[in-house]
Amino acid sequence: MYSFEPNEEQQMLVDAVGKYAANDLRPAAHEAEESRELPKKLIGKGWEIGLLQASTPEAYGGFGERSAVTGALAVEEMAFGDLAGAYAVMTPSLFATPILLAGSEEQKKQYLPEVVGGDWRPYTAALIEFAFDFDANALRTSATLDGGEYVLNGEKAYVPFAKGAEAILVYANLDGQTQGFIVPKDAAGLTVSEEREKLLGLNALPLYRVKLDGVKVPVSNRLGGEAGHDFEPILASMRVASASAALGVARASLEYATNYAKERQAFGVKIAQKQAVAFMLAEMATEIEAIRLLTWEAAWKLDTGKADAATEAYLAATGAADMAMMVTDRGVQVLGGHGYIREHPVEMFMRNGRGFAMLTGLAIV
Amino acid sequence: MTIEFEAPKPVVQMQTVLQTVAENMMRPVSREFDENEHSIPWSYIEFMHTAMKSMGGGNGLTPREDKPKEGAEKRPPIGYQLLAAQIEMLAWGDVGFYLITPGGGLGGAAVQAAGTPEQRAKFLARFAEEKPTYAAMCMTEAGAGSDTSAIRTKAVLDESTNEWVINGEKIFVTGGDKSFNAYEQLGKGFIVVWASIDPTAGRAGMRAFVVESGTPGVKVTKLEHKMGIRASDTAAISLVDARVPFDHILGSPTVEKTTTGFKGAMATFDATRPLVAASGIGVARAALEFLKEKLAENGVQIRYGLPRNKLTSVERDVIDMEIMVKSAWLMVLKAVWMADNKKPNALESSMSKVRAGDVTTKVTQKAVEILGPLGYSREFLLEKWFRDAKITDIYEGTGQINRLVVARQILGYSGSELR
Repeated sequence: MYSFEPNEEQQMLVDAVGKYAANDLRPAAHEAEESRELPKKLIGKGWEIGLLQASTPEAYGGFGERSAVTGALAVEEMAFGDLAGAYAVMTPSLFATPILLAGSEEQKKQYLPEVVGGDWRPYTAALIEFAFDFDANALRTSATLDGGEYVLNGEKAYVPFAKGAEAILVYANLDGQTQGFIVPKDAAGLTVSEEREKLLGLNALPLYRVKLDGVKVPVSNRLGGEAGHDFEPILASMRVASASAALGVARASLEYATNYAKERQAFGVKIAQKQAVAFMLAEMATEIEAIRLLTWEAAWKLDTGKADAATEAYLAATGAADMAMMVTDRGVQVLGGHGYIREHPVEMFMRNGRGFAMLTGLAIV
Repeated sequence: MTIEFEAPKPVVQMQTVLQTVAENMMRPVSREFDENEHSIPWSYIEFMHTAMKSMGGGNGLTPREDKPKEGAEKRPPIGYQLLAAQIEMLAWGDVGFYLITPGGGLGGAAVQAAGTPEQRAKFLARFAEEKPTYAAMCMTEAGAGSDTSAIRTKAVLDESTNEWVINGEKIFVTGGDKSFNAYEQLGKGFIVVWASIDPTAGRAGMRAFVVESGTPGVKVTKLEHKMGIRASDTAAISLVDARVPFDHILGSPTVEKTTTGFKGAMATFDATRPLVAASGIGVARAALEFLKEKLAENGVQIRYGLPRNKLTSVERDVIDMEIMVKSAWLMVLKAVWMADNKKPNALESSMSKVRAGDVTTKVTQKAVEILGPLGYSREFLLEKWFRDAKITDIYEGTGQINRLVVARQILGYSGSELR
């Protein structure tokens, strides 16, 4: 059957996340972006909603089953509040969800209860590299097997909360395949940059460069154990998350611009009563809805194990990157000069909106 | 409720059957009927009528009251979903042919949406009978396109005979010829004529009337020559003192201060816009598949999954086109799913039409561009699809009119607040 409405459980989760996004994340977003800092309490409160906990089975310390569709709904809602805050709250998922999806039984038992069991703690993952043609399926960071250990060499970029992280799931190129390796915080040869990344947007999110200089991890630290894992579903889940986050940011921009246009007076009417403005809003809404359905479908295909799930996730993420740019650009345009002033959030939405084209790997459903 | 994208079994079966029809009954003669405008592909018409009858009552392409068999597991209704899938596949074959698939079409849809149960029984039964039969919608006039409140056609009640007397000129009537003119191969059809019963009342005075084929005073005065969809006739119809029985009015015969009558017309559009969108997406999918096929023949493979800056320009275009076509189709599905589940869908319906209009024109235009001299040649059907596609962004409300509907919906504005 076709069906386009969240179930009761999903709706409850969306409502809970939505409340947090509107009442906590959004009011803090401007200050966080300007000061480049997210209050710990704010992150903790988001963590307590229990997104990751709810997608981790009881056997590993959680209380539910992972669903990409539910994840997509939650990520959109969270990112609607604030992208940096959303990514921060969900950073431990970058470490835990791949283990849940592809980890060995031993890894699940060892790490998951620890991650989901207590307060929010910085468990993270490193995928992105600082190259214009960065390709998650052709990483420059290498892994080589040497006497019963994997040796990792290379440099990772945009790694959230790398400084002080309990452990980092590092993706590296092993014989042409992208594989994950669990790197503990005290591994020799692992260096986290002093300086944080300075970016076009996402300034509240602490992102770091991570150097791996002959870092050695035991074979058992390879994601999935000795046999390794298939990277495709992990990347697809990241793409669905990226698309969902893009939807949240775009929706935030549309909502703000819509409200503004209904207030702002010009030539004797509200500017929303002018077709030139109204049409922009209509197109933004249409674009968002189109990509949302594509994203939901990709998520549903992941959940149901359809053969073309990965391609669909790719299409959704690709479409979402364009959608987010288009929508957030127009969000600024609707506000005119005021849109360019940082007191209004639309310019931040626009700067954050550009990131979806290159920042897959900062969230996962 | 839940979020799910599994095509219902009846939809999948229907698609399989209709793909065969499209491949065998439509594509091979597509070119012929494009080049011989106003000739009628009788073999397709007769085949479709017989096939639809044998498949389930043969009510043409109208959403069926979908009653699960006794004892069968209860499932939500899928009438509009099935219809959208049928239309998409037929349009994938040839959208002009799809438009002349026998049945009630937009005229039947108007009766379905705005008629009483008695009127439905009286006017819609004919589509299941022996001969293929048509109905059409007469809304547009030379001076009234999307602005339907500017309709000049008048209907006056002659109390002595209890008949409505209709006068006016209608244009752009899709299927007007086959619905009104007598053909020995066809059953007796009708046209649904929009007219004002009180010109001082504006939209509140607007009503639809069922005018039977052959009614005296009514004449098809012209068949248009068009850019595309040439297998489908587009008629101009004049009504001079045309008399129809009192009970052929759809909706209330008296004018209140409300715009219920007009809203009846608009409700029809909520139901039909996603279906028109579906027909456009069929054309777009045909163009996209043809493009990929030709590229593959020439050794060009699309490398999904690569970062965009590693893709060739052609790959980027094809991937963008796929995103467009897939997402536009999902918007149609959501709109018709809402219709099936009796959820108000004015917003989703118009959104799906906006998107389909954009996507269908862009995708066909890009496909012609990418294939260069092959794309422009009449040796292939692609150039025809380019011409056929354009109508998607025009009929059943232009892209602009639908943007207006979408904007009013999201802004919570009335027609007077956002003109």
